[in-house]
Amino acid sequence: MSSWARFVETFLNTKVMLKYLPDVLSGVVVTIELALLVVVTGIAAGLALALVRSLGIRPLNWLIVFVVDLFRSLPPLVVIVLIYFGLPSVNVSPSGFVSTWLSLAFVLMAFSEEIFWAGITSVARGQWEAARSTGLSFGQTLMSVVLPQAVRLTIPPLTNRTIAITKGTALGTVVAVTEILGQASSAMSNSYNPSPLMMGAAAYIVLFFPVVVAARWVETRLAWKR
Amino acid sequence: MSGPIVDARGLHKHFGALHVLRGVDLTVAERELVFVIGPSGSGKSTLLRCLNRLEEPSAGSVVVDGIDMLDPRTDINHARQRIGMVFQSFNLYPHMTALGNVTLALRKVAGKSRAQADALGRAALERVGLGDRAGHTPGQLSGGQQQRVAIARAIALEPRVMLFDEPTSALDPELVGSVLEVMRALRESGMTMIVVSHEMGFARNAADRVVFMDEGAIVEEGPPAAIFANPAHERTRAFISQIQRH
Repeated sequence: MSSWARFVETFLNTKVMLKYLPDVLSGVVVTIELALLVVVTGIAAGLALALVRSLGIRPLNWLIVFVVDLFRSLPPLVVIVLIYFGLPSVNVSPSGFVSTWLSLAFVLMAFSEEIFWAGITSVARGQWEAARSTGLSFGQTLMSVVLPQAVRLTIPPLTNRTIAITKGTALGTVVAVTEILGQASSAMSNSYNPSPLMMGAAAYIVLFFPVVVAARWVETRLAWKR
Repeated sequence: MSGPIVDARGLHKHFGALHVLRGVDLTVAERELVFVIGPSGSGKSTLLRCLNRLEEPSAGSVVVDGIDMLDPRTDINHARQRIGMVFQSFNLYPHMTALGNVTLALRKVAGKSRAQADALGRAALERVGLGDRAGHTPGQLSGGQQQRVAIARAIALEPRVMLFDEPTSALDPELVGSVLEVMRALRESGMTMIVVSHEMGFARNAADRVVFMDEGAIVEEGPPAAIFANPAHERTRAFISQIQRH
């Protein structure tokens, strides 16, 4: 057996792959569900926090900054474990899926809040003044003038963060979430062959590559005509 | 209508330890064009920004068109519609077209429908000579055109008074004329205007009154001919000869 044939036999074994394809595909579905939930709730919560922060209510902002810094410093895995194994002691028993979703959503919320906040503060003061001088309220100025400009600035860093954190769905394996990596690694143990892992890797590429391309497209579409 | 349209009294403004306005009184009659000159840091811009409360005066009173601007019960957003403001750096919204810039407040503040706002917005752009640029974004316009869009944005709300904060200072010299032209036309239509600027030629021709400020106070004021030809104060004289040397 040539070394290439041995490599194929080990990592790209068609028989094993076919056998475990349904499992990995069900993992893909779980990952997509989890990822969508994390992205939608995490970014929405981050945006909401950034908007609240722009009101400039001191004690509230201290709290926001504290929570955001906390979730930015904790490894997501620690948060998952704390929620999954910690909450039952106060009689709340979230599933592995819910624990992973909440943890990653909190982390994404923290990072996206910082990114949105940086975007909001980087919009020139003159934009606020011009809008307010025409009689627009604080809220109207924020929503119609400042936020649209801030969001354009935030798309590249936000995409990076979102992808990095969404890939963290793989951490769900530790709390028995049957997402791609979980399915692939249990298939690997059952078949004594790492080919399912390669399928899992391929699934991640198929999932995330379009996201990266879409983000780039949005970025160029939203660029201002000069 | 009798009485001044702008009546500011005893204005003081502190920025921390800095005492930027030191008891300024300024009254402006309807249809008057008042030109405010003075060295940089003399408080001209701060005075202007106190009139529409972009800056909160530390003390004093501001009444514009009969509305007490500093009264907490005043609906400041409503009051500000009556006071147009034009900035040195234009401050157009870069994500909107020229028409979008002009119609935003018409729709959000004046409560016009999109169709009404568009019609008023186009008319305002027409007045500043940019009717054919409605669909352009600020990035596609020259500095002079941007500033004219900014003027259109302010006059579309039909203000009772217009504040100009160094409207031509950020412009290339060859673009200044177009903006001054629009300001002149506005003045001829009877708009009350308070202009902070270094365009002395424009002041000489168009202003009813020139106010000279220094160190946060009004040093002297009078008709342009008197102020420019025969200033009463040494500081005014020094400033004017400084400016005219250039």
